[in-house]
Amino acid sequence: MLNFELLIPELILAGTAIVVILLDLVIKSKWWLAAVSIAGIVVSAGFAIAMWGGSSQAIFNNMLAVDNFAIFFKLLFLVIAALVILASTDYVSKLARFQGEYYALVLISALGMMLMAATTELISIYIALELTSISLYILVGFLKDPKSTEAALKYLLLGAVASAVLLFGMALIFGFTGQTQLGDIAAAIQSMSLSGVLANPGLIAGIVLIIAGFGFKIAAVPFHMWVPDVYEGAPTPITAYLSVASKAAGFAILLRVFFSAFGLPSWLSLDWGMVFAIMAAVGMTVGNIIALSQTNIKRMLGYSSIAQAGYLMVGLATVGFVSPVLSDSSAFAGQSGLLFFLASYALTNLGAFIAIIAISNKLDSDLIADYTGMGKRAPLLALALTLCLISLIGMPPAAGFMAKFYIFSGAVQQGLLWLVIIAVINSVISAYYYLRVVKVMWLGKPASATRVPSSIALRVALALSCLGVLIMGIIPGFVMKLAEMAAKMFVS
Amino acid sequence: MDFNYLTTIIFLPALGALLIAFLPRLSPRGVRWLAAIFTFVPLVLSIYLFTIFDRSAEMAGVMQFEESLSWIPAINANYHLGVDGLSLPLVILMAFLGFLVVLISWKIDLRPREYFAWLLLLETSILGVFCSLDLLLFFLFWEIEVIPMYFLISIWGTGRKEYSAIKYVIYTLFGSAVMLAGILSLYFATGSLNMVEIAQGGLGMIQSAMPAAAIFFLLLAGFAVKLPVFPLHSWLPDAHTDAPTAVSVVLAGALLKMGGYGMIRICVSIFPGVAQDYALPLIILAVISVLYGAAVTLRQTDLKRLIAYSSISHMGYVLLGVFALGQVSMTGAALQMFSHGVITGLLFAMAGLVMHNTGERDLRKLGGLARQMPIIVVVFSIAGVASLGLPTTSGFIAEFLVFVGSFSSGAPGIQVATILGVLGIVITAGYILWMLQKVFYGPPLEKFNKVKDASILDRVYMFAFVAVIMGVGIYPAILTDIIKMGVAPVMGLLGG
Repeated sequence: MLNFELLIPELILAGTAIVVILLDLVIKSKWWLAAVSIAGIVVSAGFAIAMWGGSSQAIFNNMLAVDNFAIFFKLLFLVIAALVILASTDYVSKLARFQGEYYALVLISALGMMLMAATTELISIYIALELTSISLYILVGFLKDPKSTEAALKYLLLGAVASAVLLFGMALIFGFTGQTQLGDIAAAIQSMSLSGVLANPGLIAGIVLIIAGFGFKIAAVPFHMWVPDVYEGAPTPITAYLSVASKAAGFAILLRVFFSAFGLPSWLSLDWGMVFAIMAAVGMTVGNIIALSQTNIKRMLGYSSIAQAGYLMVGLATVGFVSPVLSDSSAFAGQSGLLFFLASYALTNLGAFIAIIAISNKLDSDLIADYTGMGKRAPLLALALTLCLISLIGMPPAAGFMAKFYIFSGAVQQGLLWLVIIAVINSVISAYYYLRVVKVMWLGKPASATRVPSSIALRVALALSCLGVLIMGIIPGFVMKLAEMAAKMFVS
Repeated sequence: MDFNYLTTIIFLPALGALLIAFLPRLSPRGVRWLAAIFTFVPLVLSIYLFTIFDRSAEMAGVMQFEESLSWIPAINANYHLGVDGLSLPLVILMAFLGFLVVLISWKIDLRPREYFAWLLLLETSILGVFCSLDLLLFFLFWEIEVIPMYFLISIWGTGRKEYSAIKYVIYTLFGSAVMLAGILSLYFATGSLNMVEIAQGGLGMIQSAMPAAAIFFLLLAGFAVKLPVFPLHSWLPDAHTDAPTAVSVVLAGALLKMGGYGMIRICVSIFPGVAQDYALPLIILAVISVLYGAAVTLRQTDLKRLIAYSSISHMGYVLLGVFALGQVSMTGAALQMFSHGVITGLLFAMAGLVMHNTGERDLRKLGGLARQMPIIVVVFSIAGVASLGLPTTSGFIAEFLVFVGSFSSGAPGIQVATILGVLGIVITAGYILWMLQKVFYGPPLEKFNKVKDASILDRVYMFAFVAVIMGVGIYPAILTDIIKMGVAPVMGLLGG
């Protein structure tokens, strides 16, 4: 059955992307391009919200699922894309050509991510992933200066290798189970005996390769090498986009694949849970320690995002460690913690990057040292950036605190106290480098007295993300409820 | 009772902070008055609560002025406030100091808007810690406090202020990170975040295989950093010394008490059995804190550093009183927290005044100031003798209760520990008198000829401090009556 009405949000987004490209050819005032993109996103989000809470349905021969989980992520990607577009307007207006293509590519990669969140079948996973990745490769190289080009090339080459690894892993899984549908894979694995699996190490190898392939997307150690250079070289709005949307999409698909296909038997889930736990511990430690010595704020946030991926993987590990005898409410603690953390991290990191975009528009520099005295030159920008950095540390009253509390409480429930202790100590280490930026902004004497102006679009985007960070930090009940509902609604 | 007293008390300063930060066209004078108003009203309200607090016997251990709202249903967290005999004195203490530090800071003219905004936010977070009955809410306020402290020390401090500020932050965050792990374990083990409920349910609520002792020590670590307990104390002298005067007053006066309060409210109340098992090592640490703190204080030549180190020693008495686990000793510990808050607050205020008026804080270069500062010398001396526990001051009665209570509590090895602890008093007398002598006596120095005495405004807050010290010293029952009500249920849990 082809239930096209269930794909309306995606179709609208695709249509908007085409309209934007065509519009670019005929109109002079490019300002409309951003407006049309945002309008398309809002309409698409409206339809997505309307589908929320309905029963889960599978469409296109079980290739796509329309469930709360997918809708949660669709809304998240739409919000991110809207904020990124708002934050890009200044940037894009400086480009001589291809303004329409820029917005269209942002929309298309968001479309790819929305499909990634919904796919339940290996081949469509790969297609959605490539749709996202190829748009992002182009966007990273959009500036065409040496740094941007180098970043794009690096991202393309390493991304292609990661895709190949992923594809190889999928091929192995298909070879051993004969299925591409996640639910069928799960059934095939459960019908095997333990000795049967051990006699065929190819299945395990396939799982490991899939972890490696997605590990690249989510910037997990040891697949993180591309992060600092690409983050530094890409246009800053795209860096923001990469750091939150691409990561969220990676986690969405990891959650779906591992929970749906490899969730049972429990010895298997304990195994990959342990792999994620170790990757989490190593990832946050490595990310935080290298971030300590960075002098460029985009690189610093790059390493910080590696560390944040580590905290997020605590949620994945929790999903793996969940024992099948648990009651309903705690059985999904890992998933809902992960979803809430992703939402909070997305708003926080976007807010931080938007403030950085505003500041670097004026300064033309991303060096932390040049942020000296920003508290005097742009008090509201500095205040917003401070709030976002506090949220990244995981301190109240910002969203990051609730996110950590929520995801860690799930982990403690599954007996991962050791991992939580490593994680909280890592938060303390991270405080040192985040606070260094805060210190420079508020304590240092400004190098010049000129104010740092920012455009309306940037201010709106920044205000929205900071408002979100505060709301999720003080009254997180509503978003937690959504995350919980989304976590329970899987079509497998 | 419909009026939400506690919410009002806690959030008025925060509201004031927001007004100060964001009201356009506010003069520095307007900022000061706003700060004064938004701290004075909570003080009045907290004293009013004190007068209407139900002191009848059947209310012992019952939370009063409770407020409870569902906050985050997904994790069963509530916006749950309430005070009992243990927390009410600390709320009053913080409200009292909160108002007086605004007066003490009256002369601040560097970025006054930001300064008073952070100061008021600090007051909100500390008041919140003392009133929260929900573990998550408690932890939230506990963490928020770090941010204003960081800015206050690093911008308005002196000396190595940025180093001290980040040292304070890192120490505190380490403590609270471990504490968070403890809270999460406790939440997982009991399924509840309600402190009162967990304490009443006792260890019966712990269903997990996780040993209670492990959770106890995770939580204790956070409080021990704050109190501070030897060997986790090294942030304290730096932070106190480099902080601006008003912040030192709050830091020594109220912030350290968050540690002692947490130990009684959470560690001992929820894990009475574990507390009994591990009382001895903690008592030994307490004695080390007392003696080591006092001994190091003797060697200080910096006025503020000297007072800072003396706090370590005095907080050792709190630890001793708490883990002697006797009714009298714990009452003494709670009273000591209040009394030390006022006395050390006054000591820091006086030290700040001496530094402000003379521009000097090195004890070797000060001297003979008694002639120029007749008022300051009297008040400073009162604070000094209160600190060494002279009768008729609150310091005497608090330490007396700690010693008598500990000695007779019957904990293992407690009598030796108490006798060693009493030695701390002797050392205290030594450094306090030495300090007073160095600053005020000896031949008058020519360079200080034009030094001024306390201004009218200074005299107002000096008088307030002295009145409380002497008032509690002469009539301690005003506080011990309600502290006993707070301690009684803890004793019930300990089976004593």
